[in-house]
Amino acid sequence: MSELASALPGAEYEGIVRVTEAGLRGMVTLKADLPDAANGVKAVTGQAVPEPRRINAGDVSVAWMAPDELLILCDHARADQVVRDLAEQLGTAHHLAVNVSDARAMFTLTGDTVKDVLGKLTPADLAALPLGEMRRTRLAQVAAAIWFSDAQTAHVICFRSVARYVFDLLALAARPGGDVGYH
Amino acid sequence: MLTLTCPVCGVDACETELAAGGEAHLKRFGPGSTDDQFEEYLFLRPNAKGVHFERWRHAMGCGKWFLAARDTATLEVFGTYSAQTTAPPADIVNAIRAKRPDWSPET
Ligand SMILES: [Zn+2]
Repeated sequence: MSELASALPGAEYEGIVRVTEAGLRGMVTLKADLPDAANGVKAVTGQAVPEPRRINAGDVSVAWMAPDELLILCDHARADQVVRDLAEQLGTAHHLAVNVSDARAMFTLTGDTVKDVLGKLTPADLAALPLGEMRRTRLAQVAAAIWFSDAQTAHVICFRSVARYVFDLLALAARPGGDVGYH
Repeated sequence: MLTLTCPVCGVDACETELAAGGEAHLKRFGPGSTDDQFEEYLFLRPNAKGVHFERWRHAMGCGKWFLAARDTATLEVFGTYSAQTTAPPADIVNAIRAKRPDWSPET
């Protein structure tokens, strides 16, 4: 079997914040009528369907991406099983569950100025973004989803095909001397 | 910069997170229509200077279409609303009238 690898294994940059590639992460996209799918999602993930834009975090996390879309975050090795379990739980209910783990890249930013660093790259109002809220937006030229798990920790998901571009953007925005002192 | 609140997901989105979809509330003319009707549907737009209804897609966000009422000259936004409507809803019409007493929905 092929050796599994994330987009930029071990990539990290230490600037005014620390940027690291999060390695292999399991991600399952579920498209469904969310109220109808709530029981199945709970059975598979242990999490309730989140309120709009929120993330219910745990061993398996569930993020609200759109009124008909969730992103389930889990161990990379578990993602296929999550898809199978969803198919079993949701049965004939119209839905789509796909293991998108290897179509994505994920980065973690840590440091006191994570909001300032991300704020250079996105038009989103990060001052108004609560902890634990998924903000789908863009980083410079490409789509990304970002959220803060605490005041010093931000997470970024993007397409794997633009992983290098996004990592370089984040590293550039985090270069020493680039602190803007806004947030 | 134009900021529109996506009525689907509630995000205050910058115009650079959105894809513009042209004029809203067009009446579609398809098979069986006259050439003039089809031309008007495809190509002819009032291109209003002032109150205007537009389609937008929250492309770098929830991905859904919605509609917006704004002033094309001042960029003032009167409101955003569901794409599943065939005419501006009453609250949007009232919001426009409060700011533009001379405006009427027919123009
Ligand atoms: Zn939206």
